Amino acid sequence: MNFLTINHVDHTYFSKQTATPALQNINLSIEKGEFISFLGPSGCGKTTLLSIIAGLFPPTAGTVLLEGQPVLSRDELSIGYMLQQDYLFPWKTIGQNITLGLKLLKHDKEASLSTAMKLLQDVGLPGVEHQYPRELSGGMRQRAALARTLAVDPKILLLDEPFSALDYQTKLKLEDLVSETLKAYGKTAVLVTHDIGESIAMSDRIYLFAAHPGRIHKVFEVPNELRLLTPFQARNHPSYSSLFQTIWKELESLEHSYTA
Amino acid sequence: MNIHTLHNQYKAALVKEKRLVRFYQLLIFIAFFSGWEIASRFKWIDQLIFSSPSKIWSLFLTKISDGTLVNHLSITLAETVLGFIIGTLLGTLLAAILWWSPFLSRVLDPYLVILNAMPKVALGPILIVALGPGFTSIITMGAIISVIITTIVVYTAFKGVDPNYLLVLQTFGANRFQTFKEAVLPASFPTIISTLKVNVGLSWVGVIVGEFLVSSKGLGYLITYGFQVFNFNLVLLSLMIIAVCATVMYQLVELLEKALIKNDR
Ligand SMILES: Nc1ncnc2c1ncn2[C@@H]1O[C@H](COP(=O)(O)OP(=O)(O)OP(=O)(O)O)[C@@H](O)[C@H]1O
Ligand SMILES: [Mg+2]
Repeated sequence: MNFLTINHVDHTYFSKQTATPALQNINLSIEKGEFISFLGPSGCGKTTLLSIIAGLFPPTAGTVLLEGQPVLSRDELSIGYMLQQDYLFPWKTIGQNITLGLKLLKHDKEASLSTAMKLLQDVGLPGVEHQYPRELSGGMRQRAALARTLAVDPKILLLDEPFSALDYQTKLKLEDLVSETLKAYGKTAVLVTHDIGESIAMSDRIYLFAAHPGRIHKVFEVPNELRLLTPFQARNHPSYSSLFQTIWKELESLEHSYTA
Repeated sequence: MNIHTLHNQYKAALVKEKRLVRFYQLLIFIAFFSGWEIASRFKWIDQLIFSSPSKIWSLFLTKISDGTLVNHLSITLAETVLGFIIGTLLGTLLAAILWWSPFLSRVLDPYLVILNAMPKVALGPILIVALGPGFTSIITMGAIISVIITTIVVYTAFKGVDPNYLLVLQTFGANRFQTFKEAVLPASFPTIISTLKVNVGLSWVGVIVGEFLVSSKGLGYLITYGFQVFNFNLVLLSLMIIAVCATVMYQLVELLEKALIKNDR
């Protein structure tokens, strides 16, 4: 059985004036432990699909099953969601931010705190639990946000362009960190990105989306030799650039088909 | 020159500027009161209406020694503080209820606009008849004058909280109460504090008008009484005391502000 299955999902946004079809006939499935990327131009429905997987709202049509159960009717917490910006709560310390999910789930305070400390260690931020978000740099805050997401031990991580607000060097470092941390914890993940290189370096499979309406245009399997490497090493591997070229051309042809 | 001496120079300049500000503030204070005193002594202004600082001071001393001033002041102060607290808490509570139920907020929207536009002090006579001429109706005046504007401003702040914070909580499965407690309320503290500052002034207005109408106790009563017997020393003394008390309340709110939002960006 597949871990996550998306069957015939359509989604349309309604407003008084218009109905915007955002997604059309999305079908895909993900195995446990896989790292998947959604790549595509702006407005092709990547965030919409991620929100539907997270169960934030139901799709207009179709189903999303996690371990065979519809995501909307599950009562245990199974999704971790990470946004473009960290959205750490500025009035809470880093420690309080990281234990927030556990607090809402009414976990024991002591145990939550030790989980937080361990996670901070794992994301390379030991000893900042008493500091406030504003005292940390952008990269450090995004690490703390990762720790907050992992703290509730989600079954699947949904990452919506989590690196796009960072400078290039920080981004490369964080890619390695996220990749290694998720591997160590054996997490399944879906990454949304605009960046072809990032999707190749980090994931096992890439779904290329086309817009108007949002649909899956093509699927690329990342070759095994790249999957075994860290994102940084993968970027320097010969097969990286050939895959990059293939996807680049595909994206170009998508754009031409619009203008034509 | 090294960094250390530059830093010291910078600090010295800061201290100097602060002293200069204080100096001019004191200068204005002294100039105002001595100008007033002199103008009054030389009869440039009508002593009967504008009194003089020395007369107000001596009246202050007699009123303190016979205990009447403390009595009136403590009544007014209690009414104002209670009206202020009730108005702010009730306004925030109403805002929370409106946030809780978007449907209710849409239903009530035109009524809030009407209530806000209405001059609340005009309700005074009705309150006094309904609640009796005393403490309760005056506190109600102090509260009612600030409650609607507090509701509107705080509700707007609640609605304006960045939806991504709510999204974070939603992914953790937070219910509406948890969302309010963890994100909506703390994110709105700065707005709540600034409405507190406005409400300090408003509740003084409500209470003084209430005391005008009830006319039995308090600083507002002293003002109407002084006006009726043409004792403007008494009117001006009451005004001075109100100014001092309102300033102290304002300062207390600022202290609260520092304590509450020291962690903010
Ligand atoms: N809340 C909404 N109401 C109405 N239309 C929406 C809403 N959210 C998104 N849309 C529309 O749905 C389409 C897909 O949007 P979505 O945000 O999923 O795209 P995206 O692929 O995440 O884009 P980006 O790369 O810019 O983040 C767009 O045309 C957008 O205008
Ligand atoms: Mg998006």
